[in-house]
Amino acid sequence: MSSLLSIAARRAPIRLARASSALSSQIRHFSSPIDAGLGLTDEQMELQSLARSFADKEFAPKMQEWDENQHFPADVLRKSADLGFGGLYIREDVGGAGLSRLDTSVIFEALATGCTSTTAYISIHNMALWMIDNFGTDEQRQKFLPPLTSMEKFASYCLTEPGAGSDAGSLSTTAVKKGSHYVLNGSKAFISGGGSSDTYVVMARTGGPGPKGISCFVLEKGFKGLSFGKKENKLGWNSQPTRAVIMEDCEVPVENMIGHEGQGFSMAMKGLNGGRINIGSCSLGAAQASIEAALEHVKVRKQFNQPIAHFQNTQFKLADMATSLVSSRLMVRQAAKMLDEDHPGAAAFCAMAKLQSTDQCFQICDDALQLHGGYGYLKDYKVNVYLRDTRVHRILEGTNEIMRLVASRALLTE
Amino acid sequence: MSNVRILVACKRVVDYAVKIRVNAAGTAVETANIKHSMNPFDEIGTEQAIQIKEALAKAKGNAEVVVVSCGPAKAQETLRTALAMGADRAIHVETNDELQPLAVAKLLKAVVEKEKPNLVILGKQAIDDDSNQTGQMLAGLLNWPQATFASKVELTDAAMTVTREVDGGVETIKTTLPAVLTTDLRLNVPRYASLPNIMKAKKKPLAKFTVADLAVDIKPRLETLKITEPAKRQGGKIVESVDDLLDKLKNEAKVL
Repeated sequence: MSSLLSIAARRAPIRLARASSALSSQIRHFSSPIDAGLGLTDEQMELQSLARSFADKEFAPKMQEWDENQHFPADVLRKSADLGFGGLYIREDVGGAGLSRLDTSVIFEALATGCTSTTAYISIHNMALWMIDNFGTDEQRQKFLPPLTSMEKFASYCLTEPGAGSDAGSLSTTAVKKGSHYVLNGSKAFISGGGSSDTYVVMARTGGPGPKGISCFVLEKGFKGLSFGKKENKLGWNSQPTRAVIMEDCEVPVENMIGHEGQGFSMAMKGLNGGRINIGSCSLGAAQASIEAALEHVKVRKQFNQPIAHFQNTQFKLADMATSLVSSRLMVRQAAKMLDEDHPGAAAFCAMAKLQSTDQCFQICDDALQLHGGYGYLKDYKVNVYLRDTRVHRILEGTNEIMRLVASRALLTE
Repeated sequence: MSNVRILVACKRVVDYAVKIRVNAAGTAVETANIKHSMNPFDEIGTEQAIQIKEALAKAKGNAEVVVVSCGPAKAQETLRTALAMGADRAIHVETNDELQPLAVAKLLKAVVEKEKPNLVILGKQAIDDDSNQTGQMLAGLLNWPQATFASKVELTDAAMTVTREVDGGVETIKTTLPAVLTTDLRLNVPRYASLPNIMKAKKKPLAKFTVADLAVDIKPRLETLKITEPAKRQGGKIVESVDDLLDKLKNEAKVL
């Protein structure tokens, strides 16, 4: 019986490195078209191998339990931080791993195969840290980041409000300067980690209306006037709590402003470019795991006296899923490279990559569920979790509608 | 103990989770384009060496962990993993020829003569051939004491106390150093490489030798005649009587 997806690969001659301390890279052949090692360097393969191994051992066995019980796995998150996942693209002097965006994308994709929701939380934590790392003073970085990169403390990112989602620039949380403090009033909605996080990166209005009046502050749990709403009951992302963050005459020291007044919105937009690659990467991981599960199932499920893998519909569907996954993966990795290179077109590309990968990968998870038949609908099987977790990726970090706005604006400019 | 060099041998094998198949010619297990990783018992060996190094560092001593692997270019992936776990430097004995345990033992003897370690750690067996020979043969060639199937190890300046898992239970032995140790499953739980260590591993030295450099005869002494998959599981049968059962046990299953 021939395996459906294996290609008879012919070995190319192996090229050996000359330097005695360099480890050789070789042409690697993969039999699976969906192997995530596509186009990676030896070192990236090592990072991916670590992340996948961690995901298989620490996330995968618990994923369904965490989803079912809405459990926030702080201990496993801290275990991942011990390995460096708490500050992947944060600079090393504050405990970060100093990796590139592409390395980070590879890692999140691998982690997300084990638990997409928990990986998405790690990516949000990383994004909040990046705001401080990239725009903060050295003093602020040294003060706030070390306990965060180790995940002794967790971070949340607060931009969205009940009245300001896609129109983030219209946010209405105010920050009025009073002597040595800013006094913040307002509330943030849908905050991942809200209530459990210790550190909150908050966008608030210090100046006039519109994007240019927005500034960025670091708030910490325990500040007077900082409270949290009820824990939201969500369709997915159940391993991370989501709450409103409420500021009522909340006093924030002047030293906690990141960057200068009016810089907040442009910081937020820059942060979102990376955030979009991260979320896209999480979608890739979920789709990868879903296809792997579907492949297993169609080989064992028999109807009409044969494995359903023998039917052309199954084969064609799997081929479509694989093609979608690989094309999404290429876009996400390309966007990550462009961000690493500071390419001027990166923002539009990150938007397109996010749009493509989150839409396609949700569809892949849905197709994988269909291939499981009735069993896909049972929570005993994992594929429903990937489906529910990836649904929100089409909405947050900028809705896919906004992604179209960003892309079309770049197309129609000049 | 103050200054120690530990040599750890690693092998790149088919990953334990892979569903293996026999190749079309029936001559070997199919390994092309299949996921490989470090032999799990060698991961345990690497972990043990690093734990010894860390314990010595606490006691203000000094240890160097050197990992060695014999095989084709891809064996370097395994060395890279060991360096990322915390080994200090790597040695790759490169060859594309078939290596059987005796050949590996001879190659390792040559490396030992160059490196002069206090302790050599190997996995008790590789999960591809399950030979369980290399460590023992190496000790024999070096005329060193051996402690195999270790589930616990304690080192002092000139001696090693090892608890071994044997068929009858556990046995504790004491050997002088230098010695050969082979690891069993319960010795330790290997650590994950951390991201910073993966990056640092790039800069750690890796030396390459050929078989000719070490002047060793690696010609295989054993020839594999045939490899087949295990017989497919047959369905069960209901028997009518005890006589019938005895007849089947004696004549079909041949266990009586």
